[in-house]
Amino acid sequence: MSEDMQEEAEGTVKKFMYVNRKAPYGTIYALEALEVVLIGAAFDQDVSLAFIDDGVFQLSNGQNTTDIGIKNFSPAFGALGDYDVSKLYVEKESMDERGLALDDLMELTWEDEDDDWEEKPSIHLVSREEMKTILGNQDVILSF
Amino acid sequence: MSILHTVNKSPFQKNDLESCLAHVNSNDAVLLIEDGVYGAISGTRFSVLTSSSDADIYCLKADLDARGIDPDKLTDGVKLIDYDGFVDLVAQNDAVNSWL
Amino acid sequence: MFAHQKSQANRDVGEKNTVKFAIIVNEGPYTHQASDTAYQFARATLAKGHEIVRVFFYHDGVNNGTKLAVPPQDDRHIPNNWAQLGKDNNLDLVLCIAAAQRRGILDEKEAKRQGKETDNVIDGFRISGLGQLIEAGIQADRTITFGD
Repeated sequence: MSEDMQEEAEGTVKKFMYVNRKAPYGTIYALEALEVVLIGAAFDQDVSLAFIDDGVFQLSNGQNTTDIGIKNFSPAFGALGDYDVSKLYVEKESMDERGLALDDLMELTWEDEDDDWEEKPSIHLVSREEMKTILGNQDVILSF
Repeated sequence: MSILHTVNKSPFQKNDLESCLAHVNSNDAVLLIEDGVYGAISGTRFSVLTSSSDADIYCLKADLDARGIDPDKLTDGVKLIDYDGFVDLVAQNDAVNSWL
Repeated sequence: MFAHQKSQANRDVGEKNTVKFAIIVNEGPYTHQASDTAYQFARATLAKGHEIVRVFFYHDGVNNGTKLAVPPQDDRHIPNNWAQLGKDNNLDLVLCIAAAQRRGILDEKEAKRQGKETDNVIDGFRISGLGQLIEAGIQADRTITFGD
């Protein structure tokens, strides 16, 4: 059996990219995007998330929604590591434009099975040029 | 390896077109649909962006017609396509990135 | 570091005439053009002999599946148009269950289960989980999203 046929038999693994460009709470898109990511994690695909433009606000730490009466869903980002979703690419230019630094974001980690379960950061700060390359190498791009 | 990017918002209202054009690779294509077609009009602050992009820029004629925009008023180099052409563009590129 | 290898599934498409599409609709009818554009795109896709593996309705897009819409007679009937296109072409039109329940879109089974006196999903649509969206992305050669 050829390598390709073997791959087919074992099921296709595609590069799934979730593009997040909207802030949380003002609209439901950020929350429902995260719901797709969590469900999609069960499908054993090669998953990554991009945070561009206002999407970077989704990762702000210290979100407190008590007085707007909407559920704070930001803790759910912390669960992504448990689902082996460990590639959260955050665009540096989008952060700079909004006066944000890495310290302003939640600390998100995952445990690397292949490296004695070492805890590693899930957030990867990348330049716009790097983001271009990442976006250009996907099989399925989902934006909400 | 190429991506088709779609933009459906007016650049005068939202930054989707600007953000999209800042993230395209040279072999990509950009298709303006719905209110995105306003980004194809020449002589605006966005025509420089579209005309200087490495990517091919397309505009959906149905949406242009609906908004009463004369095809002669488009920025040089913007290509007009119909829904058939839209389908072909999606098929010809490896993936679609919708700038929503 | 980022120069990933493309999967075989996508590279082969250029040599095939028939392409398998997955279509995602993220907005409801009438307020945004998204559903209209998706509908025109779907028609053009089928007219060219391509295949649509699934149309998945998410966010407010689930409102496209209501059977209770009564638009003016001189306006297009978006839910009916989708249902008819689905019927004519044997399309799998799927409303996301989580999004649908939030927005009061219930099929007969779910309405009964929730103790509601009526259901409102039009024939030709079905309600299912978000996994159907991911599955469509895996099965299709191309996935395209229409939204706002």
